[in-house]
Amino acid sequence: MSIGPEASITDERSAPTDDAAAVRGTGDTAIAGRSLKQIAWRRLKRDKVAMGGAFVVMFLVLLAILAPVLARIWGHPVNEFHGDQIDPTFSTPIGSFGGISKDFILGVEPSSGRDIFSRILYGAQTTLIVAVLSALVSTVLGTLFGLAAGYLGGWVDSIISRVMDFLLAFPQLLFAIALVSVLPQSIFGVSGRWSRVLVLIGVIGFFGWPYIGRIVRGQTLSLREREFIEASKSLGAGSRRILFRELLPNLAAPILVYTTLIIPTNILTDAALSFLGVGIPPPNPSWGGMLSDALSYYTDDPMYMIIPGVMIFVTVLAFNLFGDGLRDALDPKAR
Amino acid sequence: MVSKTKAVAAAGVAVALGLTAACGGKSDSSDSKSNSGGKSAYNAAITSVVNASDKKGGTLNLWTAQDADSWDPVRGYYAFVWNMNRLYTRKLMDYASAPGKDGLKLQPDLAASEPEISADKKTYTFKLKAGVKFDDGTPITSKDIKYGIERVFAQDVVPGGPTYLINQLDQGQKYPGPYKDSDPNKLGLKSVETPDDTTIVFKLKDPYADLPYLLAMPGAGPVPQKRDTGKQYGSKPAASGPYMISEYQPGKSLKLVRNPNWDSSTDTIRKALPDAINLTITTNAEDLDSRLEQGTADIDISQTGVQTKARGDILRDPKLKAYADAPATGFIRYAAISTKVAPFDNVDCRKAVIYASDPTGLQTARGGAVAGGDIGTNMLPPNIAGSDPSYDPYGRAQGKPQVDKAKQALAACGKPTGFNTIIAVRNNKPAEIKTAESLQASLATAGIKATIEQYDGAQIASVVGSPDNAHKKGYGIMIAGWGADWQTGTGYLQALVDSRYILKNGNFNLPEISDPSIDGLFDQAALETDPAKAADIYKQVNQKVMEGAYYLPFVFDKALNYRNPRLTNAYVHDSFGMLDFQALGVSDGK
Repeated sequence: MSIGPEASITDERSAPTDDAAAVRGTGDTAIAGRSLKQIAWRRLKRDKVAMGGAFVVMFLVLLAILAPVLARIWGHPVNEFHGDQIDPTFSTPIGSFGGISKDFILGVEPSSGRDIFSRILYGAQTTLIVAVLSALVSTVLGTLFGLAAGYLGGWVDSIISRVMDFLLAFPQLLFAIALVSVLPQSIFGVSGRWSRVLVLIGVIGFFGWPYIGRIVRGQTLSLREREFIEASKSLGAGSRRILFRELLPNLAAPILVYTTLIIPTNILTDAALSFLGVGIPPPNPSWGGMLSDALSYYTDDPMYMIIPGVMIFVTVLAFNLFGDGLRDALDPKAR
Repeated sequence: MVSKTKAVAAAGVAVALGLTAACGGKSDSSDSKSNSGGKSAYNAAITSVVNASDKKGGTLNLWTAQDADSWDPVRGYYAFVWNMNRLYTRKLMDYASAPGKDGLKLQPDLAASEPEISADKKTYTFKLKAGVKFDDGTPITSKDIKYGIERVFAQDVVPGGPTYLINQLDQGQKYPGPYKDSDPNKLGLKSVETPDDTTIVFKLKDPYADLPYLLAMPGAGPVPQKRDTGKQYGSKPAASGPYMISEYQPGKSLKLVRNPNWDSSTDTIRKALPDAINLTITTNAEDLDSRLEQGTADIDISQTGVQTKARGDILRDPKLKAYADAPATGFIRYAAISTKVAPFDNVDCRKAVIYASDPTGLQTARGGAVAGGDIGTNMLPPNIAGSDPSYDPYGRAQGKPQVDKAKQALAACGKPTGFNTIIAVRNNKPAEIKTAESLQASLATAGIKATIEQYDGAQIASVVGSPDNAHKKGYGIMIAGWGADWQTGTGYLQALVDSRYILKNGNFNLPEISDPSIDGLFDQAALETDPAKAADIYKQVNQKVMEGAYYLPFVFDKALNYRNPRLTNAYVHDSFGMLDFQALGVSDGK
């Protein structure tokens, strides 16, 4: 959970240029008129690794969206027990490789005989929703507070910075465990799986914002001294315009990169929480929960551990590769 | 102390608690069947003594992944701790040392003979044996026994153990325990009298036929007042049995050495073969299992079954399997169906749940036939007199859900299309969560839509154990497990089904059964000092409970345990559902 971002986006390295004009100025005149966006897109397209990551991510999103359909075609209902697939003495699947067969393409869960393929699909739903939405929460909070701290300065900056220090030092995992176990089963009228999803989004998102907040604050601090800000000020622009029309567009690149990179962190956090038993409540599937379940069977039925493990690995890797590629593409200093 | 037992179960010690009595002298003769070769085989120790031997010497290497709650006889509540107490604590009466049902009989231990019971069955008089001594050589007197029993009352100083004796002996005196006793000799409990050093008299208010079983619990053992250190007593309790604690490092190890002042001629129960007994406490259960397989550990004294990996090893390898046993632990894993939460106030809706459940699915969720247990058919575990596993009123033994019957029951209940309910389950018990999932899936096929609600397992006493809270939360089905503190129908069932045992907190009569005829049967049993006749009464209680469909029994719990081939005199004691530790010896003298 408290794994910071892998990307090092420091002020020096990725300080964005004020606008496309700067790029144009340093670049060849032949490509004049190309915006930062276009340049980034061209670079991204050329980066095969990043594009591979992006395709995998899109594929996973598609799997999650189509989970009910796919489960009907190639799987079984997600909570249907198949006792006939299970050896009653060892509680492990009868078939080899975790019971993989024509009917159960990823095998069956030990002890219950539920279809792992269906559970992986539905697990993808929760995992991706939690990871993406909590990243969004972090980004929105981090951007707002970072901008406010950096631009307003003074006591606002002090308070926000201390709060961020406090949150970064907070034992987030322990807090999440404590919080999740005392919260009621239904919140805001939703119960079961989705209430827990909401809690996870809230917890992971809330504790993630200081990372992004610090970066935004640092960027804002350096940007607000720049000429174009002074120019808008002298032209009589209000704080709101300066913050959202002048500063924010210049912060878009680091924010975007950072958001992409905290998604995999969030996936791992979500898996860790599920692994510790405070994630999505059973019988709803989650990858971390499957991993934790698999622990007691790993010698007899390693496939049950390998499958969700590989899914988590592939997803995290894909998001990381894509995020790295995006950072390279958006970095004006990169060639 | 129903709640206590539950807490124990919650703490992960899944073993039935039995009386720790060691009546052992007769074991040699009663084991004639085992003497035929004594070769070990799978489950052999359940019915016979494996490797019967009188060879003394050597060191017994015991291991556990769970430290004792306390070695103070009055504070321990884990089953294995009661079993260990047989090594150093003698009681007035203790269980015979024999496999099978013979082990459930109480024999005089410190008492010279069976108690003399008055005609109105309210007065029990015990005479003590001559020549019984503590480890420091002082004779054990009736006053030491009374003082030990008084310590049970001091729940503010030495809490943790069972408190049944308070219910029977306080009789309105509100005795505060010896530490706050105004009596100069600290022997102020009125219901227990010690007219001389070898006589102790218990005067009950109402007849209570199970009193000897309460006196066979370690907490009723003798404690010399001058050596009582209150809270610290557990670190070095006075020993009356053949061994004494020489060193205890919490969380690490316990060492027992011979008690020089124990005289085998006064003890007909204990064998005392090894010269020393070492207990190693680890935190790594998997490592413990591999040590068992390699023979560097003799047994796991928690006796709650090996982990999944070792289970596979043992069951696949005939050589290992020959030294394994899967005895019934005396626990039943069950779902309690609340009579106070609609629609379960209607018996047919409760029946629908029982019929719709998948017996095999629930059994597999508990670990399967070997490691989980046999499919539960009724609410009296097989090691209790009066039980009959073939009594199967809901046809569960055949293993398949009976959706047709469930639908009929639903129609009779006026809910032909099903209903919604909540299954409450402890979050720290993976197997219980799995049974909840299985139950949820099979109930859905009959149209009963159940939501699983997990709660903090450590809070069981105030979550499902509080009827008000359970009603408020709408817990229709509550998953739990129960083992007896002593192996009679009263010891097992009363807390679960007697309406007078419905508590505001720490309740275990989860369905809130309130049936005067059931309560009446327990009163009848309390008068019945003949175990055979009492067994008949418990049979009736069991039938009434099953007819009311208050409980859905999942399995009669079992645990697959492995024992070192070098062990002698290995047999499963029915009062604990585990090996009888005091009988064990080692064949190689090491």
